[in-house]
Amino acid sequence: MRKLLWGLSLAMLGLFGLATTEAATLDDVKQRGKLVCGIAPNIAGFAFADDKGVVRGFDIEFCRALAAAVLGDPDKIELKPFQPRDAFPQLQNGAVDIITGRFTWTFTRDNGAGMSFVMIYSYDGQGFMVRKASGIKSATELNGATICIGQGTTTELNIADYFRAHKMTYKIVSFAELDETRRAYESGRCDAWSNDRNSLAARGLLLAKREDHEILPETISKEPIAPIVRKGDPQWLDIARWTFNALVTAEELGITQANADEQKEKSENPEVKRLLGAIDNLGSKNGLSDDFAYKAIKAVGNYGEIFDRYIGPKTPLGLERGLNRLWKDGGLLYSPPVR
Amino acid sequence: MAGGAQAAVLAAAGLVVWFAARNAVMNLGRLGINTGFGFLDRPAGFAISQHLVDYDESSTYLRALEVAVLNTFVLALVAIAGSTVIGFALGIARRSSNGLLRALATGYVELLRNVPLLLQLFFWYFAILRPLPPPRQSLTLLGVIFLNGRGLVLPRPEAAAGFGLALAALIIGVVLALATVFWLRLSRARTGSGPSPWLVGSALLIAPLLFVMIAAPPIVWDLPQLRGFNFVGGVTVLPEFVAIAVALSLYSAAYIAEIVRAGIDAVSRGQVEAARALGLKSATINAKIVVPQALRVIVPPLGNEYLRIFRNTTLAAAIGYPDLTLVFAGTAVNQTAQAVEVMLIVCGCYLAFNLAVSAGINGYNRRIARSYR
Repeated sequence: MRKLLWGLSLAMLGLFGLATTEAATLDDVKQRGKLVCGIAPNIAGFAFADDKGVVRGFDIEFCRALAAAVLGDPDKIELKPFQPRDAFPQLQNGAVDIITGRFTWTFTRDNGAGMSFVMIYSYDGQGFMVRKASGIKSATELNGATICIGQGTTTELNIADYFRAHKMTYKIVSFAELDETRRAYESGRCDAWSNDRNSLAARGLLLAKREDHEILPETISKEPIAPIVRKGDPQWLDIARWTFNALVTAEELGITQANADEQKEKSENPEVKRLLGAIDNLGSKNGLSDDFAYKAIKAVGNYGEIFDRYIGPKTPLGLERGLNRLWKDGGLLYSPPVR
Repeated sequence: MAGGAQAAVLAAAGLVVWFAARNAVMNLGRLGINTGFGFLDRPAGFAISQHLVDYDESSTYLRALEVAVLNTFVLALVAIAGSTVIGFALGIARRSSNGLLRALATGYVELLRNVPLLLQLFFWYFAILRPLPPPRQSLTLLGVIFLNGRGLVLPRPEAAAGFGLALAALIIGVVLALATVFWLRLSRARTGSGPSPWLVGSALLIAPLLFVMIAAPPIVWDLPQLRGFNFVGGVTVLPEFVAIAVALSLYSAAYIAEIVRAGIDAVSRGQVEAARALGLKSATINAKIVVPQALRVIVPPLGNEYLRIFRNTTLAAAIGYPDLTLVFAGTAVNQTAQAVEVMLIVCGCYLAFNLAVSAGINGYNRRIARSYR
């Protein structure tokens, strides 16, 4: 029976075609003249439509940075929003060049799923939101609770692990659409709503009375969020990885969107000159122009600027840098040396 | 000659399949994607909010599939039953001699079938959820049945000491009653008098069961109790289930009503008038003349409608009811990253259900079509 199913599945796949006959994503992107990014469906701060209808946000800046590095123009992008459960097949079948969404890097996703994770661009962890009126102050008080979650995320598995480890019972209600999850929680279907803390903060802005709800202190999982590319194209993986590393390195070196030109002209620091392409010709080693990092920084700014612009303390989202600070400030962001 | 052409077409089709499979193997291999159905034996690791068989996070994907299939089945059966009852009532009302009833039924049909099902589903889901209180302020009936935003909590029957005995008594009662009814009807036909077979039959059916139930209770009830966040014990009917069952039943009932109305219209009025002229009672006219002929027209499209209900159950995923689509085409696809295999399983299941329903309807259709031709 299994053999039969297997045969059938291969037939289907072959007929409807994995559109990935060529591995060179870079050539495809250049030929097409635009970069196609898979993104999360409307989420405040990370990927949202502004008042002119242009989709912007933290996640989008990484797509724009890559487009700037590869094509020299951050606006040569096409964005495709996916619900979490639909995103992987879309990457696998070649509908997008990269996913710059809210996906956690896990072993299973990295091995045997035809995907490679680029680098961690946001360190997050799963948390719970509850109504203040419920009097719950800690996740350890959630024994017997009904929990609303979004489907096709690591959330479903983390909850199972957490409650079993703490010998607590729970009931789960999972929704295919992330906004339905919020609405169901808001309607009282669940005692708690669980997601990555940053996503809870972002999607929580849409609650009718945000002040009646709070996020519990416990973080029950590690959620290293990383962009994803198709496996089997090491050149493309490296291009994406080093473009994003360049944004982190830029923050380390104090290069900003505003001073990038000046730094490129005048800096005496060899690290700065190397990053901005004034010396060493790094980019051309991987099919890019030597000033790919300069173009990316010029387009979106360094990591810290991106964070502050869309999700930092001065935005409605008001997230602290926390683990997402540079390593020298006590965070986890650490770029391998660009040399 | 024709045989040769057929063989050539078959060979060409085989070649296409072979080429497609080879292409797929190469592509999957190059992408480093796992293939095969080995994942079915691995632990699923996620919870499912409604499971009719034992299931927890350590159960396998195969078990999760079983749970999901059963959830879809239960939903489809309830929706089919509900829509049939409502649909028949409406269809008959559409041809009622009472003008108000006719207008109401027409209004219902036009309203329900012209609003997309997904919107109706959201309406019912949030209409059901919003006004219902949290568990601590549950509405209750006699302190054993509770209704709140988490669902309808009912006592759960569990087999007790007298269960086997009661079952035996029930079987004996049924056999006894059937035999008696059969014999009494024969004797009534012969002599034209005697006690009502139905009355005697029912008495015979109930008596042994009643006797055993008093002697040893066959069932104990597991009563729900409020503990912590929610009720413990009993069975909970999920609000998601109620919403999708209600939405599907009401929506499909509108279509079934039209099918039934068409069936009634198909019986020529002359036959009814002739029967009336012969002095038959209106109940007899319906039972012996209208319904049997109408059924021949009703059954084939009714079968189509049942198939549609089956397929429409997939919308349940939109409100988080753990049916086959939500659990497998949703969670399992993402957790295993083997979209091709998982989608094949899901499609295969729906295809199998639908072919089975279709076969059942066709069989029934053949039977009634033959017996009245």
